[in-house]
Amino acid sequence: MSTHTEHAQDPQKEARTYILTLVTLLILTAITVGASYIHFGSGAANVVIALTIATIKAIVVALFFMHLLHDKPVNAIIAVTGFLFLGIFLMFDFIDVGSRGNLQPTNLHPPPAVAAPAGAPGAPAAPAAEKKE
Amino acid sequence: MSTSTVDVHPDPHGHGGEHAHDPHQQHHFTTMEQQFDTSKIGMWLFLATEVLTFGGLFAGFGLMQNQYPREFVEAHEQLQRLPGAANTVVLLVSSFTMVMAVLAARTNQAAKTARYLWLTVGCAGIFMCIKAYEYTHKFEEGLLPGIFYHHHGDLIAGSHGYATFFSFYFMMTGLHGLHVLIGMGLLSWLAIRAKRGEFSDKYYTPVDLIGLFWHLVDLVWIYLFPLYYLIS
Repeated sequence: MSTHTEHAQDPQKEARTYILTLVTLLILTAITVGASYIHFGSGAANVVIALTIATIKAIVVALFFMHLLHDKPVNAIIAVTGFLFLGIFLMFDFIDVGSRGNLQPTNLHPPPAVAAPAGAPGAPAAPAAEKKE
Repeated sequence: MSTSTVDVHPDPHGHGGEHAHDPHQQHHFTTMEQQFDTSKIGMWLFLATEVLTFGGLFAGFGLMQNQYPREFVEAHEQLQRLPGAANTVVLLVSSFTMVMAVLAARTNQAAKTARYLWLTVGCAGIFMCIKAYEYTHKFEEGLLPGIFYHHHGDLIAGSHGYATFFSFYFMMTGLHGLHVLIGMGLLSWLAIRAKRGEFSDKYYTPVDLIGLFWHLVDLVWIYLFPLYYLIS
């Protein structure tokens, strides 16, 4: 049917695109595993590199396997909006928590082994709750 | 009530030959294309909610990683990279067979569609088998979520960090595994329908939409794999 104009190209060519997509994804997977054995200065750097590669893979999947590249733009808008709001959520989450000290709930007492050394740099607000026990 | 002026349709579907349209087209849609696009937008909206569902878990995991950095790194070491990497490859291949099934459905190759769909189900089965192997190993080691955690030999004895890590591990991989199981059910149903020749270039909406769902399951794993298995 002529209605689905986004799939105008011939099937053979399309199948070849999908094989190339799969190969790309497998190579990127190999790169992530390889990169995890190398230390890039700090643990945070490794996480950032791993997440960057994961995001490239996610974009490749969305564009080719999920057809967003040739699809009607409205679907891409919905997908991008979803991730945009996830980004806003994560950003405010980490800003909020980063500006606080101790995250331990008051009913969760610090374990005896780490209570003494970790008590000093801990949050200034926590001691009142901890003294009860 | 003037029954004489009302058309009496012999067709149980409700209209005569001059209104003939594709049997798959529902009456509240003007064209098949409009119906297809509407279904697709609905699916994408659902996928957006899925992203946010998993996003909440990723946020919690990130915060707890921040709270218990040493415990989390130590707990990461308990996860084996090989089964994790194997599962990544299996899911990527299944995404490929899925997209080939959609292509086959769209080009009127019923037998090929069914074959690719069963291949996808097979990949999902392999994924779940590897997952079962991993879970069994964790159960034996006492690496369980929350209060069930009873692993011995942790560096920071008595810390809640380990149990927290495995709570997130089982919640996130478990929810993902549930999606894989649901996907397997949906794909099998599609494969049976495809074999009967129910899909064609005129109507392949279910194959396309469940394909999108399947790629999302793959997409979630693309993030789960490096975050859980590759941290050291």
